[in-house]
Amino acid sequence: MRALARLVARADGRGGTALVELHGETPLLLRQTPTDGGVATVHLVGGAAGPLAGDDLRLEIEVGPGAAVRVHSVAASIALPGRAGAVSRMAVRAVVHADATLHWLPEQLVAAAGCAHLAESRIELAAGASLLWRDELICGRYGEAPGGAVVHTQVDYAGRPLLRQSLAVGPHAPGWAGPAVLGGAPATGSLLVVDPSQAAEPPMADGSVARLPLAGGPATLWTATAPDAHTLRAHLSV
Amino acid sequence: MATPSLLLLLADGRFPAGAHAHSGGLEAAVAAGRVTDLTSLEAFLAGRLATAGLVGAAFAAAAHRVAMPETVGSAHPARSARPSDAPVGSPARSGALARLDAELDARTAAPALRAVSRRQGRALLRAGRSIWSDAPFADLPATPGGAHQPLVLGLLCAAAGLSRVETATIAAYGTLTGAASAGVRLLGLDPYQVQALLVGLADACDGTAADAARAADDPPERLPAAAAPLADIHAEIHATWEVRLFAS
Amino acid sequence: MDPHPPLARAGRALRVGIGGPVGSGKTALVAALCRAFADELRLGVVTNDIYTTEDADFLRRAGVLDPARIRAVETGCCPHTAIRDDIGANLDAVDELAEAVGPLDLVLVESGGDNLTATFSRGLVDRQIFVVDVAGGDKVPRKGGPGVTAADLLVINKTDLAPMVGADLAVMDRDARARRGDLPTLFLSIVGDPTATSVADWIRHELAHHAAAHPLTVPVGPA
Repeated sequence: MRALARLVARADGRGGTALVELHGETPLLLRQTPTDGGVATVHLVGGAAGPLAGDDLRLEIEVGPGAAVRVHSVAASIALPGRAGAVSRMAVRAVVHADATLHWLPEQLVAAAGCAHLAESRIELAAGASLLWRDELICGRYGEAPGGAVVHTQVDYAGRPLLRQSLAVGPHAPGWAGPAVLGGAPATGSLLVVDPSQAAEPPMADGSVARLPLAGGPATLWTATAPDAHTLRAHLSV
Repeated sequence: MATPSLLLLLADGRFPAGAHAHSGGLEAAVAAGRVTDLTSLEAFLAGRLATAGLVGAAFAAAAHRVAMPETVGSAHPARSARPSDAPVGSPARSGALARLDAELDARTAAPALRAVSRRQGRALLRAGRSIWSDAPFADLPATPGGAHQPLVLGLLCAAAGLSRVETATIAAYGTLTGAASAGVRLLGLDPYQVQALLVGLADACDGTAADAARAADDPPERLPAAAAPLADIHAEIHATWEVRLFAS
Repeated sequence: MDPHPPLARAGRALRVGIGGPVGSGKTALVAALCRAFADELRLGVVTNDIYTTEDADFLRRAGVLDPARIRAVETGCCPHTAIRDDIGANLDAVDELAEAVGPLDLVLVESGGDNLTATFSRGLVDRQIFVVDVAGGDKVPRKGGPGVTAADLLVINKTDLAPMVGADLAVMDRDARARRGDLPTLFLSIVGDPTATSVADWIRHELAHHAAAHPLTVPVGPA
């Protein structure tokens, strides 16, 4: 399946946010949900199982100056095998303008046995933009070894590289479960917090979670490994 | 095939660039109980090679490419290729290196790892300036703490007349041998068995270097960004220790 | 991003290495010299030993040195490599001290405890002191090794313990002379001499020589 979804938000001039564009295609459907304050809340609604290898899903998000958008998903997505040799792909491209805010807080991505999945996010932040961006990866369903999955995140702030990371797991990622990468943890993820109004806090690490102030902008990356999705979420909640 | 002596010289752990003092995260992984024996050391090395090894090698190769622009498009330039004739102080070169430095910062989320990379860059630069005084080290970005190690390595290898893939090989190989040697020292492992383990990883190391050398043709934002959550976590824990035997 | 500074660079601090086996009293000698020079010289210390907050507290409590004037270098379990074969981290530490609390007159570089074969590179220090102690046995000078035979100064420490451990100082003196030729050897007991007077005097002499050889110069502008 191929699908393109698009979300464009603008400040409505009364302290709120208007969704001037909101459309999706199965299995990538978007629904606006009731919200409070000036934030527009949107849920990603999976219209089919998957993604299945061979699926090519794209989501474009633009948050105009002064607007605020929060994106959730109603359920975890489970990357599954499909056509032999095919790869499933979920590409998110987000542009966040000055004084705008984007919170991307979807449910987990589960890499099921035999999957071949690429989750690819590219985010451009203008100077003064704010962001919460959470990626959570569960390596296999219960008791299952995962297929191949790559979670690639590329963030620029004010035209400068802020974060580039590709986490690869599965049979084609040497040492991914070993003590240099995940140490056998089946759940891992990160939460990127970009907030120009906050001074960066110093780095901190404790066992399986770390707070990492980044070099390229007013941003902090929380990174964690965990024995399960629930513990991971506790590490990556703001 | 030209003489490999300079390749061996620069890959040698005895080259005075501070390698003996760095465990590549192994000291913290050992303290966390995650590396205890040969098997877990092998898994550590494989994961480190595929993440920090690949990224470091790709950036060393990219810096080498900046120093030798006539080799653009070829991961295997002729040995006769010489470093760029652009004079020291070339704005194009310093701009390209500054871009690589910022891109590598964005791939190094842990402040402790950024500091370590810059510290190792300083150590290598000290050696490089003493030995290849004509190399365009002045074009490296004047970042606080010094330039990242792979950038210095790329310029140094170009000055030594090494090819791009040789440069990437030195970088990838260094990420393996530093940690392996630290394993011998920290865990009292049998050095023969550790060397056998490195022999087993040699193909993976060469493959990583070849991938890195090819990737250097891509624009800087597309260079490899392989992440390792535990490397970041271990590095920050290590940085808080009161007593460290290794600098990283 | 300082290149490796040439040793004869005018006006930089004299760097004195202090090496010797584990337990011979290197740290105690460093503390004694800090006391001796407290009001006299602008001092920095680089230590390659395992350096704890307790060590820093000890030096601060004893009133001998502000912890800002001390840098610790990790040696990756290879103390001799860090001072002899691969000296970059130590040179970095010296540079960092100069930047943070400089200018300095004297930097003491303490090696990690090692054996009799460990010596400093001439690329790192201008002079080196090798410290052995009587409790290590009075045969140590006879054993030789590059530290004993070639250090600019050999210090035989803990002479107050000699009667207790049955060490014959005359034998040590004779063997040291035989090994070292004209190079000086000093006997020391920090218990009886908490500012290590004789060693401090030797450093003063070397410092005067260093200053005469490398006078402070003022950069000259265009004529």
